[in-house]
Amino acid sequence: MLEKAFKGDQRYWRWVLSLLAVMGVGFACWGLQLNRGLTITGLSRDVSWGLYIAQFTFLVGVAASAVMVVLPYYLHNVKAFGKITIIGEFLAVAAVTMCMLFIVVDLGKPMRMLNVLLYPSPTSILFWDMIALNGYLFLNIIIGWNVLEAESNDVAPPQWIKPLIYLSIPWAVSIHTVTAFLYAGLPGRHFWLTAILAARFLASAFCSGPALLIMLCYLLKKLTRFDAGKEAIQKLSVIMTYAMIISVFFVGLEIFTAFYSQIPGHMAAIKYLFVGLEGHAKLVPFMWLFAVLSVFALVILINPKTRENDKTLLMGCAAVFFAMWLEKGLGLVVAGFIPNMFEVVREYIPTPPEILIVLAVWATGTFLLTLLYKIAVTVKEEKMG
Amino acid sequence: MEGSRRSFLKLAGVCALGLGVKPAVNAFSADAPAVGPFSLNPGALIGKQWAMVVDMKKCWEKGKEGCKDCLLACHKVHNVPEIGNIKEEIKWIWTEHYENAFPGQESHFMPEFMHGKPFVVLCNHCTNPPCVRVCPTKATFKRPDGITQMDFHRCIGCRYCMAACPFGARSFNFKEPRPFVKDIDPTFPTRERGVVEKCNFCEERLAVGQLPACVTSCKVGALTFGDAENPKSEVRKLLAANFTIRRKAETGTQPNVYYIV
Repeated sequence: MLEKAFKGDQRYWRWVLSLLAVMGVGFACWGLQLNRGLTITGLSRDVSWGLYIAQFTFLVGVAASAVMVVLPYYLHNVKAFGKITIIGEFLAVAAVTMCMLFIVVDLGKPMRMLNVLLYPSPTSILFWDMIALNGYLFLNIIIGWNVLEAESNDVAPPQWIKPLIYLSIPWAVSIHTVTAFLYAGLPGRHFWLTAILAARFLASAFCSGPALLIMLCYLLKKLTRFDAGKEAIQKLSVIMTYAMIISVFFVGLEIFTAFYSQIPGHMAAIKYLFVGLEGHAKLVPFMWLFAVLSVFALVILINPKTRENDKTLLMGCAAVFFAMWLEKGLGLVVAGFIPNMFEVVREYIPTPPEILIVLAVWATGTFLLTLLYKIAVTVKEEKMG
Repeated sequence: MEGSRRSFLKLAGVCALGLGVKPAVNAFSADAPAVGPFSLNPGALIGKQWAMVVDMKKCWEKGKEGCKDCLLACHKVHNVPEIGNIKEEIKWIWTEHYENAFPGQESHFMPEFMHGKPFVVLCNHCTNPPCVRVCPTKATFKRPDGITQMDFHRCIGCRYCMAACPFGARSFNFKEPRPFVKDIDPTFPTRERGVVEKCNFCEERLAVGQLPACVTSCKVGALTFGDAENPKSEVRKLLAANFTIRRKAETGTQPNVYYIV
């Protein structure tokens, strides 16, 4: 089936080449980072994790695109999702691959990466996250590939794939939970030290994953003969709407607990994000954009008229995706370090090479997604005749 | 013979899996690895949980204003680079104001003598250290004598320990540190870029029967080092005779640096 990725029109190759170009630029920047150290980033002793780890955190959520179609299809027999399970699964493959690349580019000593396997440390949540993410990657690539191959050959998928599909559902829950546990169990970080962090991760995953999946389905419909179908899109948008409502509600819960209790440590990071702290307010515009986008998305999505209209639904999806990116892919990780352990505010601004590396990892994921979708769509188009 | 190659490959696969799983199984096994063929230096200082008492009164009253003897001594013997950039600085022992070292404990009406006074801060070598818990490679580990030790050669530079430490005691080598060390002391290893480092309670000096460099360098005897588990130690005597405070004790890490104020 792999050969299908090598046959495409000019538009396809132009897209692949431009992705390769972005990847190349970022790869060169990563070379610079290997050579000079993480000094080329905006990270500091105080904000020791930044854009890299924040992207990783956000993209774990995007990987939920798979379970949000697989669960209804296999457990509740929602037939409409049959066509797009493969689209969701391949998106999860690309998202998890990006997650792992973001961890690698964040390491000070990537050449020693395999020490995590050589000296397994079950007390470390990072060790469990490695297992959760790798497991989810392999489950989705094995399931997706075999089901697609069976479809291509006009046979039923192999019997042994069924248990893997069922396993992939709780496994999807694990990747969000374990990733949240990376943060939620640290004694000195008030902003992350909250029992609903895992629940927040699940909620934001269940809206940002489907949001991107819906946008990609529209894109595929425009560019190819593959049509996900109105029913699938509508069902997915309802799931996304509920998840977005819960997600925003959870953020509200955090704000209530911090500000009604008036405990300074719990309020500090939230103040930094929304109004600024001690005159430092670099993230304030981004977080208000998050708030505006969230309200906008909820208005569009809760109203059935706008949710059922293609154009407004797409706007809602884009708003959900970008709002969740601002919340998870920017605010959550950085604000955990502000103020620092001495109650001093040291801000973080990513540098150009750091941003180029981030873009390159996104481009790598998009590249992988393009190839996988090319294969899947070609198989589907061949079946249509 | 039809299935033999297939079954051979299966068997080989299972064997390889077994070998791969071995370290993971070891990680969960209860028995500690056997002690190697090493013997302790007969003159070494031995304790169950090393601890430090910092007498800030002595430091302020008897020490010269702006004295940095402990900092300089430590950073010299450990080849700590002087990066000269607040975002990337490396520090093992340094000073902070009271409200920064003990956030949440300050009040508007503190005694005049405490205003702007430096507090000596360093790794607390916690009895229950979160940095050890989170390290994915065991590059940070707890020694039998209570020191929270780092293996600079195993650290992958993920900086999870820096997120976990409530005391900001850990520094990361954002760039190659060696050019920033003035006189390299060849008896202690320098570090590379990309790894985390912090105070080691001078384990290399304890091994040859010497007290930590910060303790011996203090002219007014403000720093006292000893075994918190030994009721006869100097540290225990000071703790019995004085009211002491610890940084962020509410986090449950059980810090082993105590302050007399």
